[in-house]
Amino acid sequence: MTGLYVVLAAVVVAVAFGVYRRVTDGRVRAVTDASARVDGADLGVALGSDATFVQFSSAVCAPCRRTHRVLSQITEKDEGLVHVEVDAESRLDLVERYGILRTPTVLLLDRSGVVRHRIVGAARAPEVLEALEGVAGRRAA
Amino acid sequence: MPPVQSPLIDPRGPRFGAAITSVVLAVALILGPGLPALVLLVLQTAAFALGSLVGIGAQPYGILFRRLVRPRLGAPRDLEDPRPPRFAQTVGLVFALAGLAGLLWAPVLFYVAVAFALVAAVLNAVFDFCLGCEIYLLSRRVAGRPLGSSGSGASA
Repeated sequence: MTGLYVVLAAVVVAVAFGVYRRVTDGRVRAVTDASARVDGADLGVALGSDATFVQFSSAVCAPCRRTHRVLSQITEKDEGLVHVEVDAESRLDLVERYGILRTPTVLLLDRSGVVRHRIVGAARAPEVLEALEGVAGRRAA
Repeated sequence: MPPVQSPLIDPRGPRFGAAITSVVLAVALILGPGLPALVLLVLQTAAFALGSLVGIGAQPYGILFRRLVRPRLGAPRDLEDPRPPRFAQTVGLVFALAGLAGLLWAPVLFYVAVAFALVAAVLNAVFDFCLGCEIYLLSRRVAGRPLGSSGSGASA
């Protein structure tokens, strides 16, 4: 009987965790710590004049590709917006500094590089656009 | 992110495989320590080993999917990088080996390790869960150094 209970427990844990992630993944969360900043020099790029998305990705991460598509579509036609993708495992310094636990994690920076929002898990376009409006003070082009 | 070198795969393949894996692991757990569970777990370990060490194209459940299931389905909406599911196979291999060690020496280890593998397989089959997203970065942080890569890593 032990095995049956173990199977039931494993299935309950898996379904509970999966539903929790389904609900919370990709949610845009406001960052209240105004001292968290990202310097363009650390990334090797100039920050966007209105807003910048810093996306932490890894090779073994399927939702990273989906997130990349969502953010590229939003930023490519708008000169004030920049999307930078960071290979997390080759930039463990940044991973440590910003407390990145899993990929994809996106930091949304305002024009001065202050981290205003954080998105963990596959980004959702409508929520990203809404947050962007608050940070850039206007809608994306 | 490094460019994709290997050909893209149908993402439904790994999920189909995860469903089979879930059933195999659940049956092994229900059977409990003994010869039948040992045989099942050895077969599952071999499947993980092929998917992990040789490549996702060699994973037997993936081959089954391509031969029997995919011809009956429409084209996938999207193709995916094979590296995330291959990483998941590696994690499965580690837990399956721990489960085998448990069968031989300590039943508790068998139950715990196979239960973890079952949780991961069910998450993958039902939710298309990305195991690599969760634990790869943590494992690299623990190891404290990048694996075979250098440079700034930042790209626009």
